[in-house]
Amino acid sequence: MKITVNGKEEEVKAGLTIVDYLESKDLEAGRVVIEYNGQVIKQDKWEQIELAEDDNLEILNFVGGGQ
Amino acid sequence: MADKLVIGDQELDSRLFTGTGKFAKQDLIPETIKAARSQVVTMALRRVDFDSPQHNVINYIPDDCVLLPNTSGARTAEEAVRIARIAEAAGCGNWVKIEVISDNKYLLPDNQETLKATEILAKEGFVVLPYVSPDLMVAKRLEEAGAAAVMPLGAPIGSNRGLKTKELVRILIEEIELPIVVDAGIGKPSQAAEAMEMGADAVLVNTAIATAKDPVVMGDAFAAAVEAGRKAYLAGTGAVKKYASASSPLTGFLKEDQE
Repeated sequence: MKITVNGKEEEVKAGLTIVDYLESKDLEAGRVVIEYNGQVIKQDKWEQIELAEDDNLEILNFVGGGQ
Repeated sequence: MADKLVIGDQELDSRLFTGTGKFAKQDLIPETIKAARSQVVTMALRRVDFDSPQHNVINYIPDDCVLLPNTSGARTAEEAVRIARIAEAAGCGNWVKIEVISDNKYLLPDNQETLKATEILAKEGFVVLPYVSPDLMVAKRLEEAGAAAVMPLGAPIGSNRGLKTKELVRILIEEIELPIVVDAGIGKPSQAAEAMEMGADAVLVNTAIATAKDPVVMGDAFAAAVEAGRKAYLAGTGAVKKYASASSPLTGFLKEDQE
């Protein structure tokens, strides 16, 4: 099925949770912020959300910045 | 008497805000913040780059600091509002530095979009610190909109050119009740001291510290300069005069009268 991650379309297996997806990308949980279909999702809910066709995932991170 | 800077719900001892960008190594960040005695630290939010994921910079910010996520990357008020809400939902607290920029050459802020974002976020209960070009009327509107401070630029971001906007910032300090935090352009401790002597409530420094040969020592140097400038402001600097004014009695060394 197709989902959009950080603005790019991607083909993924059906039935993946957010946690599964992050693991597939070797991303450590706790290091990222997840916006799922326009809503920020707290980390304790990541395991419960199963990705579906046409979902939109933004995977964000706090980076150095000042001015 | 304790000289605290009150912004939103916080009473701060330090008047030096710092940024986390441009450090050669992220490991330098905690030690530098400590040396700078900084209590307010800013960072940005970006999409994760899957090819080279970076560590979350929050892990490098000491726990007792107030996090000041900024909305850099936003080109409109709507984008800034979205970033602020994400940062809050991610557990960063409710402070936000509004940065709305669409000018890539000088990175000058879009004051109108910044005002719009401030209006929305202040209503939602955010402690809003807008980064603006120093303009008195805009600053007044920000005050009405519920901003917690106003952050005028001293010179373009990362330019290290110092207080090029001095006269306009001086007017904001005089006319605006909110704390004035000079943000951007400060390249040397002497320039930070200059802003503080003039009555700025705080300064935000990133590039000048992070890109110094030794950021930790530079952080300490900026802290000392900000403290010195603040003390000088509170002490009240003497009047500027055109001609000399002797500091010992105007009699000759041995004779009563001078020629």
